[in-house]
Amino acid sequence: MIQLRALTFGYPGQPPIFDRFDWSVERGEAWAVLGPSGCGKTTLLYLLAGLRFPSDGEVLVNGMRLTRPRPQTGLILQDYGLLPWATVRENVRLGLRVRNFYGPDGTHAPAEHRPSLDVEAWLGRLGLLPFAEQYPSRISGGQRQRTAIARTLALRPDLLLMDEPFSSLDAPTRESLQTLTQELCTEQGLTLVIVTHAIEEAAVLGRKILLLGPHNTAATVIENPDAARTDFRHSDAYQSLCRDLRQRMESPA
Amino acid sequence: MKRRDVALAFAALVLLWQAAAMLIALPILPTPWKVAQVFVDELLNGSLGVNFLASFWRVTASMLLSVALAAPAGLALGQSKRLNRIFSPVIYLLYPIPKVVLVPVVLLVLGIGDLAKIVLIFLILFFQVLVLVRDQAAGLRPELIQSVRSLGAGRRALFRYVYLPASLPAILTALRQSIGTAVAVLYITESFATKVGLGYYIVFNGGTLLDYPAMYAGVVALSLLGLGLYFTVDWLERWLCPWQYAG
Repeated sequence: MIQLRALTFGYPGQPPIFDRFDWSVERGEAWAVLGPSGCGKTTLLYLLAGLRFPSDGEVLVNGMRLTRPRPQTGLILQDYGLLPWATVRENVRLGLRVRNFYGPDGTHAPAEHRPSLDVEAWLGRLGLLPFAEQYPSRISGGQRQRTAIARTLALRPDLLLMDEPFSSLDAPTRESLQTLTQELCTEQGLTLVIVTHAIEEAAVLGRKILLLGPHNTAATVIENPDAARTDFRHSDAYQSLCRDLRQRMESPA
Repeated sequence: MKRRDVALAFAALVLLWQAAAMLIALPILPTPWKVAQVFVDELLNGSLGVNFLASFWRVTASMLLSVALAAPAGLALGQSKRLNRIFSPVIYLLYPIPKVVLVPVVLLVLGIGDLAKIVLIFLILFFQVLVLVRDQAAGLRPELIQSVRSLGAGRRALFRYVYLPASLPAILTALRQSIGTAVAVLYITESFATKVGLGYYIVFNGGTLLDYPAMYAGVVALSLLGLGLYFTVDWLERWLCPWQYAG
């Protein structure tokens, strides 16, 4: 699904964050990208989203080199990115409105796009129907993030990119949204890449964990097949994985 | 604000005027009742209506023209850091100049017709709208722009679904803030070298005919014009920007 080939990227005047970096993600996998602040997690996600471009090497999604955001990739950010002047329902419709605006041109919207504004099923699935006519300023952080997720899923993506999506939420809301994300990925057959600085979140959501450091030349990958289990959060395996990840983050090889 | 409170404030001001008129007891300050009678009479039988319409047209045309030109310019500057870097020093220097000092220049260049008056008011409103819309567009969080881009939006869709609705409150705020100045400048431009408009009507009745009740009728008409525009913008804001009043 995703291939990074000899990817090089750095901000002007700073050493490169990625230096001939290779990484690949198979369809249907759930990846967590973990690392300290400034290690390039968010940059990596923006590269995958087609919002930034490497100085060298390439990013392939479905075998196609990215030159702009791909219509089938969904992106969820920490600060929700909701329009303050639109109700929850209108925010969820936004992606469809954008697609209807351009028509099925294959670049902004998939070539098989049919004009529609029907998002009721998504509002229902994410429990947003009672708040559908509210403005984002009137709902909780968890409901805002649910709105952002509904907006993205209404476009039927095959790849979901999430950047610290739950880090400003309280613990119970965060856990329920993590579980919901797992369910939705399975239901919709999504490939997931979630970027986080929280070790616990990476352990729960990543069936594979990519550990980043300050200067990335090779991918450090930790397998975590147990993340798929519903009771994983309460298991000893989870505790020992968190310990392992913490040690690795504190003393990068 | 409740309508009842506005009506009460209005009644209090009329009472204050009545008391002042009774205390002073000179022709220069007629009672509100006298002015109201003359106002209705001048509106029905005199020239007040025509003068009101002339002023209304000038100030409305200026408002529409300033929004039509300043809003797109402000959006362009707010979206492009490069454009803003080029133009912001110019705006920085021009913005604080009191445009009313340009009255003689504009009258000399554009003559004494409607155009000169419209351009003068336009100049004031233009900078207000430009600066507020630019700052509003530039202040949109990059995360919002990125997430809408990730939904497939290019420049056109970003403009339609993000920048345009984001700039509406700025446009209306700019208009609301500058209506007072716009009406004041309207009065100045109409107070000389013209034969129609409320400014002319006030100066002619007060200064030449010494008909004070008619002069006050003109003042009331000019106040109503300002107030009407203010109410209209207020109403537009409630209608077009309901999210600002939610909750």
